[in-house]
Amino acid sequence: MSKDSAKGGFWRKLVSHQLFIPLVALILLAVINLIHDPSFFKITLGTNNAGYPALSGSLITILDYGSELAILAIGMTLVTAASGGQDISVGATIAIAGSAMLRVLCGSNSRPDTLAAPIIVGFIVACLAGMACGAFNGMLVAYFKIQPMIATLILFTAGRSIAAWINNNELPIVPDPKFGYFGGFIPGVPIPTTVFIAAACIVVIALVLRFTNLGLYTQAVGINESSSRLNGINPNFIKFITFVILGLCVAVAALIKVSRLSTINYSVIAKDIEMDAILAVALGGNSLAGGKFNMWASILGAYIIQFLTTTLYKFNVSSDALAAYKAIVVIILVVVSAPVFRDWISQFAKRFAKTQKEVG
Amino acid sequence: MASEKKKASIFTRLSDTNLLLAITIIIFVLMYLGAVLIQGGGFTKPQTFFNILNANAALILTSCGMSIVMITGGIDISVGGVVALVSMCCAVYLDKHNGNVFVSILIALAIGLAYGVVQGFLVAYLDIQPFIVSLAGMFFARGMTTIVNSAPFNVENEAFVTLKNTRINVPGLGSVNKKGVYVPAYVEIGVIVALLAVVFLFFLLQYTKLGRSFYAVGGNKQSALMLGINVKRTKFLSHLICSLLAGIGGYVYFLHVGSGSPSHASGMEMEAIASSIIGGTMLTGGVGNIIGTLFGVLSLSTIKNIVASAGLDEAWWTGITIAAMLCIFLIIQSVVMAQKKRALKTN
Repeated sequence: MSKDSAKGGFWRKLVSHQLFIPLVALILLAVINLIHDPSFFKITLGTNNAGYPALSGSLITILDYGSELAILAIGMTLVTAASGGQDISVGATIAIAGSAMLRVLCGSNSRPDTLAAPIIVGFIVACLAGMACGAFNGMLVAYFKIQPMIATLILFTAGRSIAAWINNNELPIVPDPKFGYFGGFIPGVPIPTTVFIAAACIVVIALVLRFTNLGLYTQAVGINESSSRLNGINPNFIKFITFVILGLCVAVAALIKVSRLSTINYSVIAKDIEMDAILAVALGGNSLAGGKFNMWASILGAYIIQFLTTTLYKFNVSSDALAAYKAIVVIILVVVSAPVFRDWISQFAKRFAKTQKEVG
Repeated sequence: MASEKKKASIFTRLSDTNLLLAITIIIFVLMYLGAVLIQGGGFTKPQTFFNILNANAALILTSCGMSIVMITGGIDISVGGVVALVSMCCAVYLDKHNGNVFVSILIALAIGLAYGVVQGFLVAYLDIQPFIVSLAGMFFARGMTTIVNSAPFNVENEAFVTLKNTRINVPGLGSVNKKGVYVPAYVEIGVIVALLAVVFLFFLLQYTKLGRSFYAVGGNKQSALMLGINVKRTKFLSHLICSLLAGIGGYVYFLHVGSGSPSHASGMEMEAIASSIIGGTMLTGGVGNIIGTLFGVLSLSTIKNIVASAGLDEAWWTGITIAAMLCIFLIIQSVVMAQKKRALKTN
């Protein structure tokens, strides 16, 4: 009997664990792909267009294209935890940061023969632009007490226009092939560079969470703002700083996005990525109302979204119709992970077991 | 000294809703007067004002729905998608299947109703965050629109075109055109629908039990529950009304543009949210007014018109000015509410 209950406890613990739903989703997606086409998991070492060795395969694609989302999910998790709201301007701020970077790299000439400034300077400017946008959002949220989604609506509306204005609506092309390394492959290294960039970001945030009080303070502010203030934390500053960190994440994502094409398209770049980033946080089982968070779950959520996208492409779903299928999967996931739904299921299971016993 | 005290008491006596409404209306009137003074010409003609209404009847409907959801403490970002889906489905039905106009209206209502039931159920009874539910709803609607038909096309169904071109003259208002002929000002059918909806919703929110329970649930869920209000059902109904209005708005939009396209109404959800906020609705719930929302839509579209007629034809100016206006409104709201709180405390 006691063994039985212990077993039940284990299962209950497993099922109610935060990572349970995302992991089940991941396994389910993997199994579906395995049945549909086992070659999904094949990784081949070939050469890319430039003649350098490069790994290719669906799994590599997921890791490659999931990187921006994973990086954004890091910042979005912190913002969500601290302020209980989401930043919907990340797509637009990627356009701003990318545009600022191109402006520095290409100068006033939109078709330069050489770089006007070293790549690192361009990246620093992008970081400053991203952090400035983050600071603007953070200021509105923390000091003017405006709900995050509404405060970021401002940059969401204006961001792409500002990005176009920075470069006078021209579309500069970066001449240096080295710039393309960030979104592609470094010659001689067969793994996409984006994987290293994402890994670096994850390591940095892991170290920050391990060795600073950022994680603890963020959760404290998210759970109860006034009691965190009574404990000597400055909630406004914590909220502000999470938005600035998200701005930094945005700048890194912008570097990857712009580097993939060596140019920018203001109205299309990183379109709808804010929705995916918020989804990543929610899929990881984090509450969108703030408070406790699990960074790993968010990052896992980001890769699951990319896994889903790649899977749907494998099933020959056109990119326009992709959203409809994604929506269905999202609804299934949130319904399954909803506490109310779980209660219903467990009640149903109990009643079912009872009737079984009576019959027996 | 005495007058100052009196002023403060009026300031504090106004409820949050009425205070924000007053700010909105004052700012709209000042802005329109400013437009007339600076731009002159076009803005003095009544038709300019009615054209703003004609072009934004659908936005008025969706914004009203958005306001109700926001008053109840939720949010619905699927409205733009629903508008696109409704116009595409109706366009395909009317043009490719040579359908009946009356049935197409029923299709629009059915799509809105179905959206409302599903989203309302998920939000109210399964307790899932409205943002995620309506985000998925938006994805689904946009995806379905392209699945139904991926290319934009015009509808040439005769009965529909007649309905689309029906113009209702506004008595007593008009202007003399360049040839010296008097042209009466007109509105389209959609405007009548939108204004009727505004009046209906105003009375619903102000004078019915359901309307007051929207405010109660949005203001404080716990005390609403203590008062014996069925919180879940109220939330469900708010989403139902919002999606139904999005369905009607979709048909009105379709009636205005007369075509189906996947790119229709892109970003309309954000415009609807912006209008509601400018109109004094607070995303935290419990505060808001339909009349304010109407003025929110008018302010937003007046700004757009000013930008367009000021010759700043570079596309980015529209985005930047709307955002700047939103920013100013939000900061005014935030400062005024903080001031009021302080005034209440010192009293």
